[in-house]
Amino acid sequence: MDFELLYGIVKIILIATTPLVFAGIGELVTEKSGVLNLGVEGMMLVGAVTAFVTLVITGNYILAFTFSILSGVIMSSLFAFLVLILMSNQIATGLALTIFGIGLSSMIGKNYIGTPIEGLSPWFFVIFSFVIVFFISYFFYKTKAGLILRAVGESHNSAHALGYGVLKIRFCSIIFGGAMCALAGSYMSICYAPMWQENMTAGRGWIALALVVFATWKPGRILIGAYIFGGVSILQMNFQAWGLSLPGQFFNMAPYLATLIVLVLISSNKLRVKLSAPASLTIPFFKGR
Amino acid sequence: MIKLYKILLLSLTFFVFSLGSAYADPKKVGFIYIGPPGDHGWTYMHDVGRKHMQSQLGDAVTSTYIENVPENADAVRAIRKLASSGHDLIFTTSFNYMDQTLEVAKEFPNIKFEHATGYKRADNVSTYSARFYEGRTISGHIAGHMTKTNTIGYIASFPIPEVVRGINAFYLAASKVNPDIKIKIIWAFTWYDPGKEADAANTLINQGADILVQHTDTFAPCQAAEKAGVLAFGQASNQEEFCPNAHLTAIEDIWGPYYAARAQAVVDGTWSSEDTWDGMDKGMVVMSPYNTKLMPASLIQEAINMEVAIKDGKLHSFEGPIYNQAGELMVAEGEVADDGMLAGMNWYVQGIDGELPQ
Repeated sequence: MDFELLYGIVKIILIATTPLVFAGIGELVTEKSGVLNLGVEGMMLVGAVTAFVTLVITGNYILAFTFSILSGVIMSSLFAFLVLILMSNQIATGLALTIFGIGLSSMIGKNYIGTPIEGLSPWFFVIFSFVIVFFISYFFYKTKAGLILRAVGESHNSAHALGYGVLKIRFCSIIFGGAMCALAGSYMSICYAPMWQENMTAGRGWIALALVVFATWKPGRILIGAYIFGGVSILQMNFQAWGLSLPGQFFNMAPYLATLIVLVLISSNKLRVKLSAPASLTIPFFKGR
Repeated sequence: MIKLYKILLLSLTFFVFSLGSAYADPKKVGFIYIGPPGDHGWTYMHDVGRKHMQSQLGDAVTSTYIENVPENADAVRAIRKLASSGHDLIFTTSFNYMDQTLEVAKEFPNIKFEHATGYKRADNVSTYSARFYEGRTISGHIAGHMTKTNTIGYIASFPIPEVVRGINAFYLAASKVNPDIKIKIIWAFTWYDPGKEADAANTLINQGADILVQHTDTFAPCQAAEKAGVLAFGQASNQEEFCPNAHLTAIEDIWGPYYAARAQAVVDGTWSSEDTWDGMDKGMVVMSPYNTKLMPASLIQEAINMEVAIKDGKLHSFEGPIYNQAGELMVAEGEVADDGMLAGMNWYVQGIDGELPQ
């Protein structure tokens, strides 16, 4: 195989996988603190439309990304308020956030569909996605703050007894997750496929959620998992174009199938589940106890 | 006695009023869309058609649509919602609404349904489609002349006859003018995913394609072509504004006159279940303006001549001899493929590499 072709394939894989890494690492941090936010897809869409509309109005890329991340912060704060303060069910609230995000983004973007923009080169973000994963990995396993965050996710009562502000830490984790999802969305609407189209994330938020399970809540494995999912999708396209027949439908469901297999594997040994999944995931924290 | 007289009078008044309002009330026309009207592709053109119908018929009709309706059980709910809210005519505008349309039509025998690109009909269900493949023939002819790498990238959605027909028509025309041409096909298994469509486009460009053809709904492939400096054909609507230096032409779907005619038939009470499959001759398929910056004038003239020949019935997209991949003769010399064969086409013509996914 000639080098040029291989280089091209690697480039396409990098561009296509980056949003999964952003959304996946954001959700991982949220889940590590013991909160499951199923609103990834919704936050990505709101982030995507905010960045796009800001860019069309101001023509400023930095403003576009800033506002987009801000929109993610607002969306996730809303979620945090509902699940942390009002203690609503995390799964139902997360689903509602996704549905809300789909509707809100369609409404905001109504008049901007099909507006042509000048796309931005994706390479800064591709590199940044690697940096952020290494940073989070370092944060979790080499800093005290990271240890505390994990402790909150494992046993919020113990963390509380030790004097750590459980709600404060969870709030920050949720906001970080929201910001990352919005970044993933803005990357999609400005770098990856520079346009705004309703529902343009097309299920990548759900793949990111599956990715966290696939990675068994380990930051480094997010990168590996994302590149397996993204790589398989691009490679099967290459195989198709080479005329090798592979069932494309199969590859569309492959990420979910892989996640199911991982779920089965890690649940076959109770200890392994305990080692990987945050023990307090989805369990609300009552301060009084 | 007076009481009875009063009741009679009252009911008569009501009858007259309801009769009057039945005449004055505009007919309600509903549309089910697979995507948003702003996709600048398939759904966009249906919405352009809806607006055309509205402007033609004026106060005689009102129209509504439901967008982003998935091709699953949700479609039944969406169609039923239109049917139960007093719509007289409902257009369902995607192939995979077929069974759902028939299911709801059975429950509402007095409401007229029109299903796009399908083949199952009932007393109150018509089907309609356009002969998009005629446009593919012209695209193929242009691509055969314009390609330098002799490699065409084709982004396909789902392996349904509609899409396969387009690929075959394109390849037959392209290989006629350029026997060395190769066509690389990627099945995206989606109508609508800008990211994935861009991935497929970039993959094809990376593998040496210098012209992209798409049968998906967004302008992402055309945009990718523009960025990479290769050529592309737009899909469903004129997409030149998104890729001015790549866009050769596009096959446009013109639904307006059909929608206006069918809505008029409902207003007049003359609607009946029909199967419509019109092409360039009826103006249902139109080529976007050819890009004069990219194409030589002689080629543009050839394309225009082809349009005329197709309209006059002198040129057919599937003229024999046509062989399938196994080398079996499918259409004999001197004959053209009949509509039955076209409607159920699930095989590649000879010369296309790769296997058609089932």
